[in-house]
Amino acid sequence: MSDISYVRERFIPAESPPISDASAYGWIRRNLFASWSDSVLTIVAILAILYYLPPAIDWLFLSAVWTGTDRTACLTVDQGGALPTGWSGACWAYVGDRFVQFMFGSYPRDQLWRPLLVAAVFVALLVPFLIPRVPRKGLNALLLLVGLPIFAYILLLGGRFGLRHVETSLWGGLMVTLILSFVGIVISLPAGILLALGRRSQMPILKTACIVFIELIRGVPLITVLFMASVLLPLFLEPGNNIDKFLRALIGVSIFASAYMAEVIRGGLQAIPKGQYEAADALGLNYFHKMTFIVLPQAIKLVIPGIVNTFIGMFKDTSLVTIISMYDLLGVVKASFGDSGWITPVTPLTGLIFAGFVFWLFCFGMSRYSAFVERRLDTGHKR
Amino acid sequence: MAKKIVAAVIGAAVMGIGAQAAQADTLSDVKAKGFVQCGVNGSNLAGFGAQDSAGNWSGLDVDLCKAVAAAVFGDATKVKYTPLSAKDRFPALQSGEIDMLARNTTWSTSRDSQLGFDFRAVNYYDGQGFMVKKELGVKSALELSGASICVQSGTTTELNLADYFRANNMDFKPVVFEAQDEADAAYNAGRCDAYTTDASGLYSIRLKMANPDDHMVLPEIISKEPLGPAVRQNDSKWLDVVSWSHYAMVAAEEFGINQENVEEMKKSANPDIKRFLGEEADSTLGADLGLPKDWAVQIVKAVGNYGDSFERNVGQGSPLKIDRGLNALWTKGGLQYAPPIR
Repeated sequence: MSDISYVRERFIPAESPPISDASAYGWIRRNLFASWSDSVLTIVAILAILYYLPPAIDWLFLSAVWTGTDRTACLTVDQGGALPTGWSGACWAYVGDRFVQFMFGSYPRDQLWRPLLVAAVFVALLVPFLIPRVPRKGLNALLLLVGLPIFAYILLLGGRFGLRHVETSLWGGLMVTLILSFVGIVISLPAGILLALGRRSQMPILKTACIVFIELIRGVPLITVLFMASVLLPLFLEPGNNIDKFLRALIGVSIFASAYMAEVIRGGLQAIPKGQYEAADALGLNYFHKMTFIVLPQAIKLVIPGIVNTFIGMFKDTSLVTIISMYDLLGVVKASFGDSGWITPVTPLTGLIFAGFVFWLFCFGMSRYSAFVERRLDTGHKR
Repeated sequence: MAKKIVAAVIGAAVMGIGAQAAQADTLSDVKAKGFVQCGVNGSNLAGFGAQDSAGNWSGLDVDLCKAVAAAVFGDATKVKYTPLSAKDRFPALQSGEIDMLARNTTWSTSRDSQLGFDFRAVNYYDGQGFMVKKELGVKSALELSGASICVQSGTTTELNLADYFRANNMDFKPVVFEAQDEADAAYNAGRCDAYTTDASGLYSIRLKMANPDDHMVLPEIISKEPLGPAVRQNDSKWLDVVSWSHYAMVAAEEFGINQENVEEMKKSANPDIKRFLGEEADSTLGADLGLPKDWAVQIVKAVGNYGDSFERNVGQGSPLKIDRGLNALWTKGGLQYAPPIR
């Protein structure tokens, strides 16, 4: 007889986790109704969604007008159209009618294959460049960052190889937005790195020059630089000898982005411990090798969010070129409000929603890609 | 305030290059390069300058650009348009970026003198007006005492409004907005009883209202805004070409010449018409202006007479439906008057 009063002879079958922990109920309980304040916030949020979302969907899609050739398509009976009194909805017919203009501005319609070809080449080069598995990154980068700008310059501007000359004043729409930001990005990253290195350099003249450049550019608003370049510069040049307005905007946006980029990169450089520099010195690496093999790869990896932040900011800042009468996507959309063929109470809002959506699409894309790159490169700081 | 500073800076810069503009001969330059570079309104004002979805320009101001090109080249397509913002327009003309400015620009003393431009023709007599909701039962701006009025800040419009109410011993509550879009939306939402801006703008803003028929434009016009083409000063040959291109459109309306009947009218017995159309054997009108003999014919063929252009762009043929009013011919009680073409 054993003095062990109780011995379990078989395992108890595993119970499912308590209902408050697993299942949808548990999730909701934990995330939405964990406390009184959470519950109130949740209910308010649900009510707000129920209140605002259906009308928004109705306005954007269900009540929207999708086809039509002029303003009467989006007018109510009172306004001279055919829709019932009190109707309000998006006028996508107007966006459809204006789509080519929103994309390419006034680019001659019989030459549209040129920007389209450039866009196709851009996508064909960019996509493999962004996918890490695809080999030959060096060649790809060379084609994308050097080859493509030259190709685009020749093809878009024309005047060579039997192509008709299309002056930049006819360019517009999303095309201008993308060219400005692409050039800004391509120039600002290397220029920013050089400026940041220059600012941390021991050489006094180089250092001062970099500091003056960065602080001067960062100290004035972009709008001022563009306005000066567009309005005052021509007054001091020989009449008729104007530097192309588009080129002026490109230069303005690029130097601006470079100055901001320099400070972002400098932040990364300062985060690298001194030991890394000393270790590189101890290995006998020269300055160039020390920077390219040891310091910059670590520094840039650290500041990817900052870099992408600057890119996204610049992408949106390109809209400021409207004030110098260059029509980017937003500018073209706004200019189209003046067309008496499409004046209706709903067209301005529809146009702005469209422009906003396109901007969001690009910015969100950049943001997701940067998150992907961060995860991929995150080898030493993972939490 | 910002506008004043910009104007002052531009004015100062302009003085520096005033001397070199003295020998300017834009007409020869235009002939040499083969097109007219015309500064137009890029946005905001329907009916004066806008692009359709195919990228073609149209509008009352655009028609003047086309008329000048037709007069110089006999081809109204030889125009390149530079869409300009209100801030940008004067430096663009001053720097030679454009040859002429046809962007609903008010002719005023300071623009004529200090900014270094020349105005002569007026292609639209505008003025500041009021729009009200019909339900208020207001029939005249003088009944607006105590009303709240939507207005854009920093414009002469705002100053004119204050002047008008003070001069008539009336009170008002200004509801001021930075941008025109905001003012439009506020008026539409019922934030104010009345809306004020240039009358030409009121008509296009009315079309953006949920129910245009609930709103009316009051008859009072409280400021003078003669809109006309501007060129750089001290270039009278070019000023002549631009002004007489407008006057030719007005004269064509006086003579009853339009796009359809212009060829027939060449056979007219009226000596004024024959001279105008370059059909008199010894006429040197065109040559004296530095233009081909049939310059007026080309203008009419390209854009029609002034009345046609008006109705097509801002009048009954357009969604704006603006009455001729001050812009009727002088013979019909308006102000459009062409000096004799002889």
